[in-house]
Amino acid sequence: MSFSTERQGYRCVRASSPRTGLRLIFTLCTISSLCLAQRSESDHPIPILTGNAGFFTNVQAGQTEIVSEINPVLLVPFGDHWLIESRGQFEGDFARKNGNGPFGGQVGKELAYLQADYIANPYLTVTVGRFLTPFGIYNERLYPIWIRSLQAEPLIFGMEESSSNGAMLRGGFPVNGKVNLNYATYFSTLCTNHVLDAERSAGGRIGFFLPGPRVEAGFSWRKFLQEERTNAFGFHFAWQPNAVPLNLRSEYARSSLGSGYWIEGAYRLSQLPFWNKVMRHAEFVGRGQQLFAGQVEEDEAEEYGLPDVNTQQADFGLNYYLRDGLKATASYGRQFSSDGNFNLWTVGIAYRFALPLGPGGLQ
Amino acid sequence: MKPRIIVLVWILGVISLVAAASEPRSAEVSTPVVRDSARAEAMRLEGEKRFRANCGRCHAAPHKFPPQMMATILRHMRVRATITDEDMRLVLFYMTQ
Repeated sequence: MSFSTERQGYRCVRASSPRTGLRLIFTLCTISSLCLAQRSESDHPIPILTGNAGFFTNVQAGQTEIVSEINPVLLVPFGDHWLIESRGQFEGDFARKNGNGPFGGQVGKELAYLQADYIANPYLTVTVGRFLTPFGIYNERLYPIWIRSLQAEPLIFGMEESSSNGAMLRGGFPVNGKVNLNYATYFSTLCTNHVLDAERSAGGRIGFFLPGPRVEAGFSWRKFLQEERTNAFGFHFAWQPNAVPLNLRSEYARSSLGSGYWIEGAYRLSQLPFWNKVMRHAEFVGRGQQLFAGQVEEDEAEEYGLPDVNTQQADFGLNYYLRDGLKATASYGRQFSSDGNFNLWTVGIAYRFALPLGPGGLQ
Repeated sequence: MKPRIIVLVWILGVISLVAAASEPRSAEVSTPVVRDSARAEAMRLEGEKRFRANCGRCHAAPHKFPPQMMATILRHMRVRATITDEDMRLVLFYMTQ
């Protein structure tokens, strides 16, 4: 088995046996078919296969890379309180060999999560299994390629990207008429298996959402219970002004690997007075970010997909939503660091699909 | 190690099947039946507002799916986005009308 880390700004993928992924999919499909034995009423939830697929061309410092990926998500509800959900990630990264040779590369496979959720009451959901670590908002909410505004992940993403194996308590409820509180707290055990790798840690996230002005702010914390037993913490902020179709998001994270932040604004061009039929489907995106590298070895930084020197980056992008769940995307960015400055170009297409695994979705 | 993965998945599946079989089928997450058209319209508008406030923070409104699919998606998003129980019910009502 091999482990590969992509260049700065892009994600880590772990390669594994194709048979493992196929077995998991087969097993989950078997479970979902068993679930179909449940009653079928007009609005009773049914199993769904959803997810996203994408095809992108990245040019980073003059090096072209072709990325094709598919990330299926299986949702299997049971009764009124249970949900089993799983996401696999299959990503092929292909680059020219020896400069001008043919494109070649490997397909990375990863199990992002495979969890059982029990909705105990309006305030609490209990999750067991493998789940996305609740740290910040990018990893849990903004990661899918059809959702993210820029395809390149933030520089600090390596600090928060992870999955955990264990148990989690989470929920959201109104504190009063103006404020909703959401929380997640978890414990994860160590696992060194290449498919289910996780670190022994505990932590959580708390957020306050104001539905009126559509503002959310929150705090995340993570304590590693192994090796150096270090701490990591972060803040997140999101604001969608009511008056303009603007989506502002920001995160800050600090850990033993370093610290950094990103600020992103996505403006839907629907208010422009000209070419409205076209412009309302377009979105302009800008992001600024900075990373301050910690005292870590180059290998360790590479393992987490983080730069090992102080780095700044600015990105601008344009998304065009062709139809529901289908968008074309293009972006330009420039990275500045003592390792050298370079341009990053991305162009591609992302699609979100949703298929019913039961008769109720065929109407 | 691979057999352990399969065993883990099966254990989760069996636990869930047993739990589902023992659950009272109260249709807790069903779309509320609203016969009063004025109230239904008010709920739809409130549902749209909740959708924009919660779901619209991350993505645009999708085409409406059949109610059975929407119920699953909302359950998933309730967990993923930690939206409140009330918001989930109103968004489900809005998305299935």
